[in-house]
Amino acid sequence: MTKGTGVRLERLTKRFGRVVAVRELSLEVAPGELVAFLGPSGCGKTTTLLMIAGIYRPTAGHVYFGDRRVDPLHPRDRDVGMVFQSYALYPHLNLFENIAFPLRLKRVPADQVRRRVRETAELLGIGGILERRPAQVSGGQQQRAALARALVKEPQVLLLDEPLSNLDAQIRLSARAEIRRLQRELGVTAILVTHDQAEALAMADRVAVFSMGELQQYAPPDELYHRPKNTFVAGFVGSPPMNLIEGEFTGDGFRAGGLRLALPKAPTGRGWLGVRPEHLGLGPEGLPARVLVVEPLGREAIVIVELSGHRLQVLVPEDEKPAPDAEVRIAFPTGALHYFDAKGRRIGPE
Amino acid sequence: MALLPRNWPLWLLLLVLITLPIGAGILWLVLTALYNQVHGLIPVGRLAPQHWRFLFEGSVGGRPSIWVALKNSLFFAGTVAVLEVLIASMAAYAISRMKFPLRTPYLGMILTLHAFPAVSLLIAIYYILRVLGLFDTLVGVILVKASLDLPLGIWLMKGFFDQLSWDMEMAALVDGASRWTVFWRVALPLVRPGILALGTFALLSAWGEFILPFTFIVSAKSWTLALYMQSFMKEAFVDYGLMAAVGLFYALPVFLLFLFGQRYLLNIYSGGVKG
Ligand SMILES: Nc1ncnc2c1ncn2[C@@H]1O[C@H](COP(=O)(O)OP(=O)(O)O)[C@@H](O)[C@H]1O
Ligand SMILES: [Mg+2]
Repeated sequence: MTKGTGVRLERLTKRFGRVVAVRELSLEVAPGELVAFLGPSGCGKTTTLLMIAGIYRPTAGHVYFGDRRVDPLHPRDRDVGMVFQSYALYPHLNLFENIAFPLRLKRVPADQVRRRVRETAELLGIGGILERRPAQVSGGQQQRAALARALVKEPQVLLLDEPLSNLDAQIRLSARAEIRRLQRELGVTAILVTHDQAEALAMADRVAVFSMGELQQYAPPDELYHRPKNTFVAGFVGSPPMNLIEGEFTGDGFRAGGLRLALPKAPTGRGWLGVRPEHLGLGPEGLPARVLVVEPLGREAIVIVELSGHRLQVLVPEDEKPAPDAEVRIAFPTGALHYFDAKGRRIGPE
Repeated sequence: MALLPRNWPLWLLLLVLITLPIGAGILWLVLTALYNQVHGLIPVGRLAPQHWRFLFEGSVGGRPSIWVALKNSLFFAGTVAVLEVLIASMAAYAISRMKFPLRTPYLGMILTLHAFPAVSLLIAIYYILRVLGLFDTLVGVILVKASLDLPLGIWLMKGFFDQLSWDMEMAALVDGASRWTVFWRVALPLVRPGILALGTFALLSAWGEFILPFTFIVSAKSWTLALYMQSFMKEAFVDYGLMAAVGLFYALPVFLLFLFGQRYLLNIYSGGVKG
């Protein structure tokens, strides 16, 4: 069941004075899809969301919901629901009135308001605390109330601005699954803003990675992980981040200081070699390296090694972790390397 | 809650000493209103209910009834307070939340006007009221008083609106509210402490206002209580007992208002919007 409408952004730009918060952003969200906007703080995610909601007017460019151009419309004529990072519940109203607020503004008859608020609240598991004010409930319950308020008017598009970032780590994981389940069930088109790459990869159908107001890559999570389009995406997606070594491709290999690797079908020219910590192996074979630091993570451990003057992170199973200062050998997996040119753009392997 | 300072009995004593003259004045007022004769602060003679005759007699010494003056004072103070709260809230919201041309000069003007001595405007205001046909009317004085107090009110309310989160207003817009609805249903309820503070402040200020009614009101039928009291000073032989009784009558609402309103007034200094 898909009720949501598609969302299309066309060369959307927003300037605040001389600051360009969002630059020439074009992307499309399919009906019923959940898309994550991922990027570090200050890269323009919230600004983009507020342009879609109609709070900010774009400096240039357009926003379409389906075939309808909505960028000249007032927020109330757009049919969007939004959850703010701070939840932004109305402190002077109890949860019931908070959730009822959008319906009251639409002059929905009182008995329908009561029914729909109850239904939505039940759906989110806060049916029992509707008489309380926001200040009297927990952060998780506030977050649910904010979500209920966004959903109660059955919007075409649901916008979520870092909805989980103020939650405790324990409930964050369950809230992730909960939001995803609800979004699927209701069939609403959703855009989720987050700076947490794990959250984006876990929840979204597609992820748009932002840096400094510009879209870096827009792809499903596994493509983002396996074929990052540039060094920014490579470094931002994945934890611990991808190792990036600056050096020279020689056509049949890669050279960086004392490090020499034979790579069949390598490009030529200066650039970056990328390899994820989980794809590097410690073993009997490979290049000699020295262990600097070992950081246990529980089931696994991050081992920071020095290899011919380069520092690399290697992810190993807990029971295979070496001792600090140990001499080890690093095996490069020829099948899981990434090549980037001097400007950081992906150039291979195909 | 702050802890008491270490030497608090000393501080308390100091405060009592500073307050003593005012306390003595009030005590004198009460005693004089009740007794035949008072020496220093010691009442001599009998209780003197005749000082309160103004409450029952239609007119005392050719003055209008005190009840007319009371009604005028209530109307004056009430209307000034309502006008001030209403206009200051709207102006402050606009200044706090919206961009418009000349916003910065406007802000500067408010501050300047607030610092401007109103008395120096009396003559100019007199001419304006004459031209508008509002001289010698309560409405005229109400407008003058409200305008002169507005800069402070706007500044105060701006402080309260500045503390509201933008997210909440954006949320209301997304929920389907117009800017006007946001103001009435979200912003205004949340600055309730400010409204109560400004309302109390405006009531007190208008209730005690003397110079404006004194200058712009001539007819006895438009007298406020302040003018009623002042009329005693013009007589050759001042009946202090009667005057004290009227004074007490005049001050009573202020005591009551203070009793209930002081915690709102404190908000002016502490600020803060709490859910
Ligand atoms: N109302 C505003 N006025 C001026 N600059 C702003 C405003 N909102 C955001 N910015 C700037 O735009 C950039 C992007 O901000 P934002 O969209 O909030 O980033 P994000 O949500 O990705 O952390 C930042 O540099 C921020 O300082
Ligand atoms: Mg943000």
